[in-house]
This record gives sequence, C-alpha cells and structure tokens, in this order.
Amino acid sequence: MNAEFNGIISPENLVYKKPELMNEVPMHYCPGCSHGVVHKLIGEVIEEMEMEEKTVGVSPVGCAVFAYRYLDIDWQEAAHGRAPAVATGIKRLWPDRLVFTYQGDGDLACIGTAETIHALNRGENIVIIFINNAIYGMTGGQMAPTTLLGQKTATCPYGRDAELHGYPIKITEIAAQLEGTCYVTRQSVESVASIRSAKRAIRKAFEASMAGKGSSLVEIVSTCSSGWKLSPVKANEWMKNNMFPFYPKGDLKDKTSE
Amino acid sequence: MAEQEVTLMKGNEAIARAAVRCGVDGYFGYPITPQSEVIETLALDKPWETTGMVVVQAESEVASINMVYGAAGAGKRAFTSSSSPGIALMQEGISYMAGAEIPGVVVNVQRGGPGLGTIQPSQSDYFQATRGGGNGDYNVIVLAPASVQEMADFVDLSFNLAFKYRNPVMILSDGVIGQMMERVVLPPYRPRRTEEEIRRECPWATMGRTKDRRPNIMTSLELKSEVMEVHNLHLQEKYRKIRETEVRYDTWQCDDADYVIVAFGSAARLAQKAIDMARDCGIKAGLFRPITLWPFPTEQIAAVAQGRKGILVVEINAGQMVEDVRLAVNGSTPVGHFGRLGGIVPEPDEIVDALRKMEN
Repeated sequence: MNAEFNGIISPENLVYKKPELMNEVPMHYCPGCSHGVVHKLIGEVIEEMEMEEKTVGVSPVGCAVFAYRYLDIDWQEAAHGRAPAVATGIKRLWPDRLVFTYQGDGDLACIGTAETIHALNRGENIVIIFINNAIYGMTGGQMAPTTLLGQKTATCPYGRDAELHGYPIKITEIAAQLEGTCYVTRQSVESVASIRSAKRAIRKAFEASMAGKGSSLVEIVSTCSSGWKLSPVKANEWMKNNMFPFYPKGDLKDKTSE
Repeated sequence: MAEQEVTLMKGNEAIARAAVRCGVDGYFGYPITPQSEVIETLALDKPWETTGMVVVQAESEVASINMVYGAAGAGKRAFTSSSSPGIALMQEGISYMAGAEIPGVVVNVQRGGPGLGTIQPSQSDYFQATRGGGNGDYNVIVLAPASVQEMADFVDLSFNLAFKYRNPVMILSDGVIGQMMERVVLPPYRPRRTEEEIRRECPWATMGRTKDRRPNIMTSLELKSEVMEVHNLHLQEKYRKIRETEVRYDTWQCDDADYVIVAFGSAARLAQKAIDMARDCGIKAGLFRPITLWPFPTEQIAAVAQGRKGILVVEINAGQMVEDVRLAVNGSTPVGHFGRLGGIVPEPDEIVDALRKMEN
C-alpha cells in the first residue's frame, strides 16, 4: 500500500466496501463484463438479509459457470439449462432456505427453456437471475436466443436474419404471463442509478421467495464487450442504443405486495 | 404406524409405498408406461401430509433427474422413476450426479426399444445401466429385483448404498416386475432424517454454509486436466471398493446341476420355472441370479461355471449380460444365450428347448 493512502483509509472515512461474501480471488470475467457487478449485488443482498448460512445458489453453464468461486455460500453447479430444476429440488426439500439460480441467455432462454418456464409456472419459491447479453460469451461469441436482428455473431456473421435464424426471444415477457410468478423485472447495471435499481429488484425478489409468494425472474440486460468486439465503454453505449429499445427496462409484473 | 404390512400389490406400487415407509424425502417423476403407478400411488397416498415426503410431477425426465440432483446434493433422500426412453433422457443428469458424487436413486421399469419401442417388458437397457450410460468414465450401482418383494426391499438398500458411496444407484426392473401383483411385506415406517442427522451424515451437502466450514459445492467441472485426472482416479478407487464389497447374487439348485442358467430380474423367475420343467425331463439345471448387475459377480460366475457342461444366459434382450458372463467364464465352459426381443417375454418351454440344444 502506498504510504500516502495510509492516512486516508480508516474506518471513519469508509464509504464503500465489498461484501464479506465476495471471495478474495481474481475473477475470470473480461473487463467491462456485467457479471462481476451482479455477483456483488447478490452478495450484498444476502448479507443485508442475514441469509449467509441459509442460501444455496445454482450456477449455470456459460460464463458464470464458476460463480461458485466468487460468493462464499453453498452452491450447486447445474447441467446446461437445468438450474431451475435443480433449484426446485433444493427448495422443495429445504423450504426455509434462500435458493436462487444464476443463468445466462443461452442457458435460460434456449437449452433450458422448458425448465425455466415450468419452474416459474409451478410458482417455485425460487429466484432466477437472468443475465441477457445477447450472445454466447463462454463458447466464443455465437448467436444467442436473445441476439438482436442484424447483430453479428460467429454463427450469424452476416447479422441475425429472421428468415434464417428466427427472432430474438423475450423470455421475461413470457415469464410475466405465467400465474406462478410474483415478480418479473428487467434491469441493468451500466450506471450507478441502474445498479441501485437492480439491487432493489434482487432484494425484492429474494424477499418474495422467502415469503412464499412464488417465482421471481430478474433479468439484467448486460454487456459482453469481448463477444461484441467493443471496448467496455462502447459496449455500454451499444447496449443503451440497441438493447434497451428491444428489451425495455422496468417491472413487468409485481404482485409482491398482494 | 410402526408395523410392517403384508399385502398384495404391483411392483410399481411396492416401490412407492416402501419409499414412504423408509423415510424418503422426495420423489420427482414424469409419467411413462409401464411405470406410471409409482407416481400415481404417491399422489394417491399423499405422503406430504404424513411423513412430509415431497412429490413433484416434473415437466420431463430431464427435469426429474435434475430435481433429484438438487435435492440429493442438498443431503436429502430423493429418487425418480421412469421407463427406458425416459431413462435415456436422464443420462445427462446421471452422469453429472456421478461426477459430482451425488447419491440419488433411479428406478428403470424397462420396456422394449430401441426408440419409442413398445410398452411391453424388456431387459434391453442392461448395457446402458451397467456401462454408466452417459458421458465419462463412471459407474452406477445397479440392482435387479426379481420379485415385488425385492422392489420394496431394494428401495432402502439403494439409498443406503447411494449415501454410503455418494454415488447414483439404479433399480433396473422391467415391465413384468413393475406390473405383476404379488404378496409383499412392506417395511415398518421410519421417520425422515432430521436436519441435525443430515448435517452429521452428509457434511458435504449444500444446505447453507455455516460459519465453521468452507462452502460446499456440488460440481462435476474442472478445467485443469491434471486435477480432473486426480478426481477420476478417486472415482475409480471408489468403484474398486464397490466391486470388492457390494456384489450380490443368488443361486438355486446349482449343486448337482450340469447346466447353469444365468439370468436376472424377471428372466430369472422364468428360468426357475424352466429349470423345474428341465429337471422333469432329466436335464439337471440350476440358476445363478446376479442381483447387482454392477458390480457384476464375475468371480462367483467363474467359480460356478467350473465343471459344468454349459452355461445358458437367458435375457429379455438380444444378448447383453452374456458378454459379461463370457468374460467371467473366460472359455472354461461353453456359454450360450437365449432371449426374445421387442417386448416378448420368453415362455419357459422355449428356455428348456435352448437347454436341450446345448446338450446336443
């Protein structure tokens, strides 16, 4: 530590710290990726709810496959797309535990569509955190179910064409129609204001699941600067200009106060 | 409540009722003929109102096995049941359970294949069950019940083995055993394990990290191949211990037999009838019945084959276990095979004919 900071870093000057639940390990995420921020928010909410010893997370297949390395809680790593089924098994048999899944767009809205929709429709008291970055990050930038029309990826190098590839799916809108969901929202983490909003949403969803009100889906519209081949700053701009119009932010359904 | 109960029921019903009585925590399944009575019986009996056992009809067999993954990974006694095409769908989850060392139980009430096949009984999933079935180097413990009584008895045995070794266990039944009605003695009721008992017996379970330990993580993933090899060697060592310790089999009228029939499950029941008929015709035959198909009773079959005129493997398939029997016998005695396919259950006199052919 540089000597000139020694007088500055003291308890009375502390305005921000990372959650205790964040492990002291380097993250494998690329610069500019949204995953790290969302992980931190989940850690903060679990701590604020004092659920550190009663939480089980379910990690996906995708970039967040190693989510279990970063948060100091019990985890199960699910097969690709099966996280909502795994979470169902845990929550049904440990109903007083906080059980959430953390899934990307390919995991949740493509290979795991059946598990996602049916877990939500059964009203399982679980929370699904859904990272939508419109691309397959881990496998190197292929087309996702949420890839926008015209967007170029490794498997639609000339841009997504509805005739060839079908349309981007709005799974969060589908989730909002299901009787079993109590809270469905679309958030992002590209600004301080949106980070605060996303944190409130995660907290509301976690509390609703513990109150037995049904399933919640928190979509986080996210960046993938590596997959999009943009700098982190430009990726944020691209997300605002291209993704927010198609995936508008805000609550799609909120029955948590009923 | 604590009494054992003597009753007449189907094998599928016996599985369901034994599970409730053994203190099983959860069942997750999807209907398919000829095993739907398992979930139907549970739905009818409403164990969630008595023992607290959870019963969920999942959206698919893929979801069912992953619900078992979640529940068992969290230390609970959970199982699923299906029939051949549904079990094929579960292979992904079973492989992940083997990799993550999750102790669930899977019941396969086999029907004829391949593909959608037929709804009649078959034993043609032997290879799939005994070779792992999914991707990777792994084995599941496979128990083959030959009666409704064993359907009931093997539930508790399966869970005990699953948790002893942290490994998936399969009960490999078939449409005959699942559908036929027999007298059965159900076990007395036993309470489900408490949270404290699970904490003590399953320190690895993901039920919330207490301050005194590191997080528990259920995963089959490891990107460093040198670490993954160590994990695989650990699994292989476990499988070696299981092979050493858990072989189960039964013999019947083998002492003076010139011919030994090797058969499992419902084929063993047919073989017993055929052996009676053969002895009436002067052919001295006996039965060797593997109860564990994995671990396979290799040494015991090698021993029983000594000095016999022949070994006849009877299966309701095109010849699968016969390969393991040939490996065991290793040329010391002639080994033949008799089977029917496509959901046809052999008649005992067909088996006697097959024995006669071995004599000539």
